[in-house]
Amino acid sequence: MLFKIVKRSEISKEKSICIRILAVLLALITSGIFILLLDLNPLEVYWAMVQGAFGSKYRIEQTIIKAIPLIITSLGIAVAFKMKFWNIGGEGQIIMGAFAASFFALRFPDLPRPLLLSLMIIAAVVAGGLWALIPAFFKAQFDTNETIVTLMLNYIALKWITYLQYGPWRDPAAQGFPKIPNFSENAILPDLLGVHIGWVIALALVFIMYIFMNHSKLGFEIAVLGESENTARYAGVNIKKTILLALAISGGLCGLTGMIEVSAVCNTLSVEVTGGVGFTAIVTTWLGALSAPIILVVSFLFAALIQAGSFIQTAFGIPAAAAQILEGMILFFVLGSEFFVRYKLTKNGGFSLNLKKEVS
Amino acid sequence: MKKALSLILVLILSLSLIVTGCSSSTSKGSQGDAEQAPENDIKVGFVYVGPAGDMGWSWAHDQGRLYLEEKLGVVTMYKESVPEGPDVEKVLNDMIDLGANVIFTTSYGFMDYTEKVAKENPDIKFLHCSGYKQLDNMSNYFGRMIEPRYLSGIVAGMKTETDIIGYVAAFPLPEVIRGINAFALGVQSVNPDAVVKVKWVNSWYDPAREKDAAIALLDEGADVIAQHADTPGPQQAAEERGKWSIGYNADMSEMAPNAYMTAPVWNWGAYYVEQVQAVIDGTWESSSVWLGMKDGVVDLAPLTKNAPEGAQEAVDKAKEEIINGTLQIFAGPLKDQTGTVRVPEGTVMTDDEVWSMDWFVEGVEGEIN
Repeated sequence: MLFKIVKRSEISKEKSICIRILAVLLALITSGIFILLLDLNPLEVYWAMVQGAFGSKYRIEQTIIKAIPLIITSLGIAVAFKMKFWNIGGEGQIIMGAFAASFFALRFPDLPRPLLLSLMIIAAVVAGGLWALIPAFFKAQFDTNETIVTLMLNYIALKWITYLQYGPWRDPAAQGFPKIPNFSENAILPDLLGVHIGWVIALALVFIMYIFMNHSKLGFEIAVLGESENTARYAGVNIKKTILLALAISGGLCGLTGMIEVSAVCNTLSVEVTGGVGFTAIVTTWLGALSAPIILVVSFLFAALIQAGSFIQTAFGIPAAAAQILEGMILFFVLGSEFFVRYKLTKNGGFSLNLKKEVS
Repeated sequence: MKKALSLILVLILSLSLIVTGCSSSTSKGSQGDAEQAPENDIKVGFVYVGPAGDMGWSWAHDQGRLYLEEKLGVVTMYKESVPEGPDVEKVLNDMIDLGANVIFTTSYGFMDYTEKVAKENPDIKFLHCSGYKQLDNMSNYFGRMIEPRYLSGIVAGMKTETDIIGYVAAFPLPEVIRGINAFALGVQSVNPDAVVKVKWVNSWYDPAREKDAAIALLDEGADVIAQHADTPGPQQAAEERGKWSIGYNADMSEMAPNAYMTAPVWNWGAYYVEQVQAVIDGTWESSSVWLGMKDGVVDLAPLTKNAPEGAQEAVDKAKEEIINGTLQIFAGPLKDQTGTVRVPEGTVMTDDEVWSMDWFVEGVEGEIN
């Protein structure tokens, strides 16, 4: 080996900001070349992206709507990640939450709105939590690999909805088209200031989770367990109980995302309900350094990127795939910069320059 | 450390200069090319379910869009690969936000979302393809694909040697079912013994699954593959096995030069020009139309060298009879799969009955679930 990757012990604020700004600049330059290849002016496209995400009240609202599920799911995933429990199952937990909420929405469409919505929220949180308890139980009891189990459970959840959509829950009024009926008015979350009320829930949860992770006994136990299981054991933490509780919270939050999406955004359940949020939120959680306030900021910026990517497709007629490449490139550099903020390359011989080239 | 700090400051400053600098100069140009803007302020949006380059359904609509741009010089915009879910609503609102005042939504699953956004935006005109809902500002339009499908059935029926014809179908919707029935009746008009085997893929656009379905049909003895799905996957399967195929949406001969015989195709351009012209003239009214070969919206693509001998004459004859009305595709006696007579001799199914068909004619093997 000619080089070593060494974790940085301490990095100055200035230096870390410098690395991040460099990453963004590199991303803009590389994407710019790509845009030039598409015969478009990069500056125009970038400005349109900013316009697309923040250019008008409508667009800011769209960005916020995209940010809400990312924020709540990221908060949930962060609880598990803090414990170094790699919950890749956000997607499945969202789906099961959405399923439970839809069950009440479709079965009791005429209940009074506050009652029905509360029932849907409780059902979704419980269902998402239970879905996350499955891998937690196996981890606590048999020390199984949670990454694999949570990932696989995603597909089970998705196939379950596919079955419902094509089978027992198919809307008979849709003339054979495989779609679940739309919810009644009472099952739809109200708007507040132009955006559905999910944004209030998201903001409240950011605050609550911040307090929970930093100032509660359980939050502390989760953090200790994540650092070292032995330390936690010596400190008298009930390991199994903590794993189960943490995952119930993690999955419960994801389940809540599912309820908000089916109720406020989709107005029905479908296999498209998550829009990949369960996976995207892994990125935002990580970029958000598992900290609630940073997750809020990162999720919002990420939502802006998605909204901007969608906007330039329509505005410039850029193919969907090209817009995704743009999003991917920006993400690639930002994630890359995180690596250099946390680690540094030290040379073993005199060839570090070569390798740096290779890495970048 | 001070050096690093000042470097950052410089970077931020230059970055902000770039951003603000280009904001004033390019904000106008960012929403469509200003120099191309015509005298009217009509902007037409198109929403596609697949990629515009799918060489199938969405491609056919995009050809219509390009034709519209060329003929009327209006500004158009499109969004491709839009899933049949809540995203449709957002896409429509995005287009309205970008100034679209006429929007074509070109997939069945877009219907409910189009209706919802249409109700919220009474000034915007919506035209939804292949559905049945209509509002004052929302038309529905579709083509009588059953006509060219019947013709392609004639070609398939004359070609098959095993008397088994495979049919790769998207969803068990009336649109697809009546197409299969028309195709089967075309087959039976020249080859009463042939059966049409149906496999559902439950997707409009899934190259791998469509190809797999075609391979399964070929394994079951089919030697001609037809399709009501949007990718050339089934064509490729027939090509690889040395069998023959009937395409859909567009001329697919390039994808399967030795298998492809012909395809029922769409020509949306004329209808799009007519509708947008009506909007420009202020004479547009919402309507519900089902246009046939005589309107030019649907047709059979030219037969290739793979087509059987005598097919051209048979097709030409049937085409003429369909256009002048002497040949009715769904004329009695018609039996369903169980052998029960559904349309007695001497009667013809009405448009409404054909439109909402939910049963297969005799000679079709497959289930509607």
